[in-house]
Amino acid sequence: MTGIEELVGRIEALQRRDLEAWIAEELVAPREEAGALVFSEMECARVRLICTLRYELDIEAGALPVILSLLDQLYDTRQQLMALTAAVAKQDEAVREAVLRGMGE
Amino acid sequence: MDDPYETLGVARTASEAEIKAAFKKLARQFHPDLHPGDKAAEARFKAVSAAHDLLKDKEKRRRFDAGEIDAGGAERPQERYYRDFADAGFAGGPGAHAAGDGFASNEELNDFFARAFGGGGGGMGGMGGARRGGAGFKARGQDASYTLPVSFLDAANGTIRTLTMPDGKTLNVTIPEGAEDRQMLRLKGQGMPGFGGGPAGDAYVELHVEPHRFFRRKDDNIHADIPVTLKEAVLGARIEVPTIAGPVAMTIPKGANTGMVLRLRDKGVKNRKSGTRGHQMVTLKIVLPEGEEPALAEFLEGWEPRMPQDPRKEMVS
Repeated sequence: MTGIEELVGRIEALQRRDLEAWIAEELVAPREEAGALVFSEMECARVRLICTLRYELDIEAGALPVILSLLDQLYDTRQQLMALTAAVAKQDEAVREAVLRGMGE
Repeated sequence: MDDPYETLGVARTASEAEIKAAFKKLARQFHPDLHPGDKAAEARFKAVSAAHDLLKDKEKRRRFDAGEIDAGGAERPQERYYRDFADAGFAGGPGAHAAGDGFASNEELNDFFARAFGGGGGGMGGMGGARRGGAGFKARGQDASYTLPVSFLDAANGTIRTLTMPDGKTLNVTIPEGAEDRQMLRLKGQGMPGFGGGPAGDAYVELHVEPHRFFRRKDDNIHADIPVTLKEAVLGARIEVPTIAGPVAMTIPKGANTGMVLRLRDKGVKNRKSGTRGHQMVTLKIVLPEGEEPALAEFLEGWEPRMPQDPRKEMVS
């Protein structure tokens, strides 16, 4: 778990003001622990991604929610696809072939 | 690290703005979180951002141009990307509900397709085909793996074995001369059939070489303990000795002893690479007569060795 100060200190380009705005917009979702906000490893990685988008790729602040929403949908769809594919992989060969055939049509 | 100018594809005279623009273009192309399905993206992005980190810093760029520093050490520390979590079904993550079990977090979708729909590199091509409406959807068959127990002598001498596949099909497997334990044989095109005209997968056969009653193998040499009688050892003899290629005649010299090692040249295993043969190393082991031998006992009663002997001298001090 990483506190807000620590995170701002760790990512050179990150402005505290921006991070607070992203939290307010719910682009990142830190947890509250003993009255302080803490970031899981995944949330830290998400903040780094937003930093790259905002500071390095110069994406406008207003476009961030659009991009992140699309990314979340992409990852969500990938998860479902992986689960489906894993389920198909467990089936008998005949079932797998039938699925393949269905995809080919 | 490679030359940072080359990595970003800019001239050494490039302006700050040109460097930034080149970086932005490559970052869009390779940022791992923006390309969750592309395994190679991470390495490319790392190189690109390291090059950018060096060149965007005026002082570092000047020192690099002057040859004072090299491009090494500019790499960013290992970071975990968002996709590492988002694709892993991380508890509380955006896709947390889906993952289920049975696959590792870092596996790419590609692999899942390959596993589900048939092996190797065909997976992604197949997916692309399906997405475009399925015209000519093809998939390579899955690879199949088997283990095959092989007797010591079959492995040493080579042979052809017939494998019966789970689908009843039979397959002739050539065990090469000098095959080793755990050696993997690849039988191209003998795996699961492909789909839609795609090629069949390969069969992988792992050999498990069984131990032999008296031969042991060490690299290309065969080792064996060969018993000889007291008489053969003392007087010398011409005896028959088993080798992996059948019995051969061997001379036991007069006065041979237990532990003496005799070499049968070129009676070992043929080396798979060099084609030369190893040897068979025969370790002699004197065995006394099994039944009672009163004449021998009587002889020993009256026998005074020419040289008094204490074989345990070294052991008891």
